[in-house]
Amino acid sequence: MMSKRGRLKIGREKLQRIIEMCKSVEERSLDPFLIDVDGAVRTIKEFFPEWKIPEDLCLDAETVHHLASIIKLQSEWVKHRSTSLYTDPFLLAEKLVYIEKDEIVEIFLKVWHPIVEMEQLSLHSIAEALRYWESLLPLNERWREVQLTEIKTGLVTREELIKQRIFREKAFSKELESFWKELKDRVKKDGREGKIRYWDFVGADIYEETVQRAFLTSFLVTYGYASLEIQPLEEEIFVKPNENPVLKISKKQLVSIPIAVSAEDWRKWKKGER
Amino acid sequence: MKRRKGYYASKLKRAVHMLFYRRHKKPGVKGWELRKVLGTDYPKVLKILDHYLKALDLQVKTIFEEEKTVERPTIEQLDKARFYITLRGELTPKEAKMIGWRIDDLAGLAVTIAYIISKKGKVPRKEVEELLRDKLPGWKVSLNIDRYIRYGYLTQDENDQLYLDWRTHAEIDQKTFIDMLLSK
Repeated sequence: MMSKRGRLKIGREKLQRIIEMCKSVEERSLDPFLIDVDGAVRTIKEFFPEWKIPEDLCLDAETVHHLASIIKLQSEWVKHRSTSLYTDPFLLAEKLVYIEKDEIVEIFLKVWHPIVEMEQLSLHSIAEALRYWESLLPLNERWREVQLTEIKTGLVTREELIKQRIFREKAFSKELESFWKELKDRVKKDGREGKIRYWDFVGADIYEETVQRAFLTSFLVTYGYASLEIQPLEEEIFVKPNENPVLKISKKQLVSIPIAVSAEDWRKWKKGER
Repeated sequence: MKRRKGYYASKLKRAVHMLFYRRHKKPGVKGWELRKVLGTDYPKVLKILDHYLKALDLQVKTIFEEEKTVERPTIEQLDKARFYITLRGELTPKEAKMIGWRIDDLAGLAVTIAYIISKKGKVPRKEVEELLRDKLPGWKVSLNIDRYIRYGYLTQDENDQLYLDWRTHAEIDQKTFIDMLLSK
């Protein structure tokens, strides 16, 4: 009678052999029906109760995985045979070996409809390129080292810094919270289904303010005070305030959404085109 | 009526610009790009354009996602499809030569495509090389396959398996090709 160790060894070898066979069929595009799936399943079943250590269980799982791939290939094979494109590969290979060059080219030209495409400079693009070239500074000017000039240091007041937009009047977090409150009020007033169109919220009378509001909105979304809802086909973006700031947005991968707030878009919004 | 005609005339011009001039790495334009520029009635614009192109022996060809054949496409399927301008009729061997194809290279491409189709769309590169080496000089075989890959007729994976690529699907009527080959 065979020892337990000897039996385990034979079991491992058998599974390895099944894996190798499956791999060669997968990699070399051989007929997947060459594999005796029933026999392989019987072997896997026979040895499965004896596997105790993780390595053996992994080997078992790997065998099942490869066998599943073979069954998938068999299903594709059957599907392909039932389509109109199926031809006996031997028959076709035979034809390909004996057919004359001219003959196959003649057939191919009947079914070949090459794509037509053009590459051409337009007058407009040449004019554009010339304008660019004229405004382009010479390299020695563009790459010139920055000349540092020494200036005397002086004093500046907080009010002056606020005026120059280096300091802000309110702390940023406070500003963000009041902006969040404004969003909630606007949604109650002008929104529907708890959301408001992006441009209706960020749009302001002057362009600079619109940019400032878009900037703050981006922080509202990043910090979880609000979320964006995008409807790609309608090309509509909505802002939806959250009741409480959401610190961690589930386990979904976070994505960045660039939204252009150009002067042209702003003008369109003002005219009611957006 | 006149206004309507003008409306489509300007859309036709824009469609021609988009379809004839290459905008991306690959030629052709996606349906959603056409919708963005031409509006939601872009399938109608393409239909009119196709009618105009008939006289020039050209056509607007639609390739649906995953190269499926779709009888009555929905707007979603059209948005995801790619549109090309292709030759409607056929080239003569002399014309094929004029557009840069030597008869040897064209025959090699035809044999390779037919062989891949017969093998369910996937063949080891070595097998194709052996098949081509029978009638083409050895040094040329590998160069030719690389060229077919570069043009987008074939693609190759990390296991050196060859598949048909986007250009074959766009330019070649595979079913008719195989039927004609077998009836020869």
